[in-house]
Amino acid sequence: MTQQVPPLLAVRGVTKSFPGVRALHNMHLELRRGEVLALVGENGAGKSTLMKLLSGLYVPDHGSFDLDGKPFVSNGPKHAQELGISIIHQEFNLMPDLTVAQNIFIGREPRRFGLLSEHALNRKAQDLFDRMRLQLNPRESVGRLTVAKQQMVEIAKALSHDSKVIIMDEPTAALNDAEVATLHDLIRGFISLETGVIYISHRMDELKLISQRITVIRDGEYVDTVGTAETSMKEVISLMVGREVSGEQRPTAATAGARTDVVLSVEGLATKALLRDVGFDLHRGEILGFAGLMGAGRTEVARALVGADRATFGNLRVRGADVDIPNPAVAAKLGIGYLSEDRKHLGLMLERDVKENIMLSSLTENSAGGFIKEGALRRTAEEFSKKLRIKTPSVHQLARNLSGGNQQKIVIAKWLVKDCDILIFDEPTRGIDVGAKEEIYKLLDELAAGGKAIIMISSELPEVLRMSHRIAVMSEGRITGFLNNAEATQENIMELATRRISAIPGAVTA
Amino acid sequence: MSLVDSPAPHKPGLEPTSETTARKGNISVRLRSSLQQLLAFGSLIVLVIFFGIMNSRFLLPTNLSDILLSTVVIGLLALGATFVIITGGIDLSVGTGMSLCSVMTGVVLSYLGLPLWMGVVGGILMGTVIGAINGFFISFLRIPPFIATLAMMLVAQGMALVVSGTKPIYFTSTPGFSNLALGKPIVGLVVPNAVFIFFAAAILAGIVMSKTLIGRYTFSIGSNEEATALSGINVRSWKLWIYTVAGAFTGLAGVIIAARLNSAQPGQGLGYELQAIAAVVIGGTSLAGGKGSIVGTVIGALIMSVLTNGLRIISVPQEWQNVAIGVVILVAVYLDMLRRKETAQ
Repeated sequence: MTQQVPPLLAVRGVTKSFPGVRALHNMHLELRRGEVLALVGENGAGKSTLMKLLSGLYVPDHGSFDLDGKPFVSNGPKHAQELGISIIHQEFNLMPDLTVAQNIFIGREPRRFGLLSEHALNRKAQDLFDRMRLQLNPRESVGRLTVAKQQMVEIAKALSHDSKVIIMDEPTAALNDAEVATLHDLIRGFISLETGVIYISHRMDELKLISQRITVIRDGEYVDTVGTAETSMKEVISLMVGREVSGEQRPTAATAGARTDVVLSVEGLATKALLRDVGFDLHRGEILGFAGLMGAGRTEVARALVGADRATFGNLRVRGADVDIPNPAVAAKLGIGYLSEDRKHLGLMLERDVKENIMLSSLTENSAGGFIKEGALRRTAEEFSKKLRIKTPSVHQLARNLSGGNQQKIVIAKWLVKDCDILIFDEPTRGIDVGAKEEIYKLLDELAAGGKAIIMISSELPEVLRMSHRIAVMSEGRITGFLNNAEATQENIMELATRRISAIPGAVTA
Repeated sequence: MSLVDSPAPHKPGLEPTSETTARKGNISVRLRSSLQQLLAFGSLIVLVIFFGIMNSRFLLPTNLSDILLSTVVIGLLALGATFVIITGGIDLSVGTGMSLCSVMTGVVLSYLGLPLWMGVVGGILMGTVIGAINGFFISFLRIPPFIATLAMMLVAQGMALVVSGTKPIYFTSTPGFSNLALGKPIVGLVVPNAVFIFFAAAILAGIVMSKTLIGRYTFSIGSNEEATALSGINVRSWKLWIYTVAGAFTGLAGVIIAARLNSAQPGQGLGYELQAIAAVVIGGTSLAGGKGSIVGTVIGALIMSVLTNGLRIISVPQEWQNVAIGVVILVAVYLDMLRRKETAQ
């Protein structure tokens, strides 16, 4: 490589902190001309923060960015675009009711005599598609396209700006193999001596196909950059996971041993959009961890189990009886409680007090003739508040005023009052500080020891390893493997989580 | 390790290339987008035929002209409301705002004695001011449209009463004014000026909606406001302009209703906003934003007045007419939801 030529895009010592969190620290990255650079890291490693910094949505605390050897500061996505940097986010920035052409040329509409010319617009789009050898109808409305084609629209939009650098965040997350091949062709067609692509992905096999080098980041810091050809994917994964797994606690043998009766048995769970043939058994006293990358389908499993989304089951048994769970009310009656990852929106009434939150789903049991028995409510709420060690001056305190950990305990209390013995925790410690996390872990351990069956979905591998007796790993809507706690490591979980299932027929219809 | 060796000429294509399939695609795309309009238009024809059979007086030229005339005011308000609703907003101030514009015209013509055209301009300007204020509060101060325009509804009603001294203003000194609405431009035809003004306004609105930036961004904002902003569009100032345009139609409605009644009635107007919204919704514009059309709104407004007129002519009591319109709104919204569900899958 000729080293005199400055890199196309360089990130130099960039640091970015948010209140309480250091998202990026002294980050480095160099994109060379004519290359596809893969950027990998675990969930929360700092990839999206880096993208937001590049697009100008955030301002770095320290450090700088260079484009073509010259420092630049982007003050917004539009500006970044003008500089020649296009960013394609996982959630597309498209207007579903507008047509393909209207989306691509938004803000740059061709006009004649001051009026929009739909004809010129569509012709411009068609020219672009012809150059890209892309089959897209400029007049089709974007909302009616498959995810794969929407992706193509995003890329076409980036190309129409004469971008030098395209940054893609998990571009193949929702694509099947044929569509991935099309995407890779588009990328190869885009790459020239003056351009480059940063390709963020977890799909190790894809990185082999498309990238020349791989930059690994972890916990907001730069780890290493390796040549794709001379590195095994195992090495990349160990760079990604990195941190020592030593000194961590594992669930005790006593609790792990108490697995006798199956309380929940799932077979052949599928949803229209994502899940395929998901099946597992959940035992009394067991914590079954669900690991996987974002979008692998873990939350979808939980939502299907409580009847929140439409799904089909080959077989669903609760405590040995065949059941049908059409909605969350039925799930609650069967003793299944779901604690959403989005506590603030789906789990709590922030403006109501602790007592009301704890007792919300048990009001019928605590009322007579339609009148609520306030005394009974307060007593039960106080009892559970004490039992779960919720730190609040009284049960009349507003939920808003409690810390994240204590809010999570309120939600747990709600389901315990309801006498649920199957509890599904979705990211139980998200947004909770370290000390409170330990408190939640202890509580989960106690609950399992007391005979509750627990499903715990978590994106933090150490947490999964710390808590689970068994671990189900998901990828692309399927369970790719079960691991017993004794044999589980961050490496083998990541390996299962990044396993790509080849073209699922009917998963994404073209 | 560079990719200089040019890639083999792959053919990325998700479906077979063919001129004919592409063209067929275009036609089906266009058909789909106008399905709701066709549906609304079909219902309108069915209603006209139904009332025509039930009572032959319904189809008399004078009655048809009455229907058109009674469409004008609601129709003009609905044209403006279409813009606002496609952005995903709502405007509750158009009814009383219209009265304030009438009063403003009255002030210019009867109190100040200025020439007729200044009265017209004054009324429309009043409307744009109301719209601009709405737009400012909604886009720059981030007050939800429902609240901002609810407040404006009360302010406009109050101001109309204050300015007029709570009494109607008559246009006795400008005899030409009522001709603006009721004059017959074509000899031998009973259709009055107001109807032609409405259709001219509708054509103008249609052009603005489909052929100008403001129209394009109206759809874009309603479709995905954040994505629009991230595409570098100044969403705030465009929203301000959209509400201002909507206000201009309110102003025109105020001028026309004043001319038609030959007086500015400060106390009227309340309730018109809901009828305008109903016409927009019946015309297939989605309250969720992003979808809708001016043609649909014109048809929606016509359906409303055909229903009112027809039910009266076949002697259905007034109270039941409201029930009927309510049911039509429910059906129209339900159909829209069905359609959206089908699209989502």
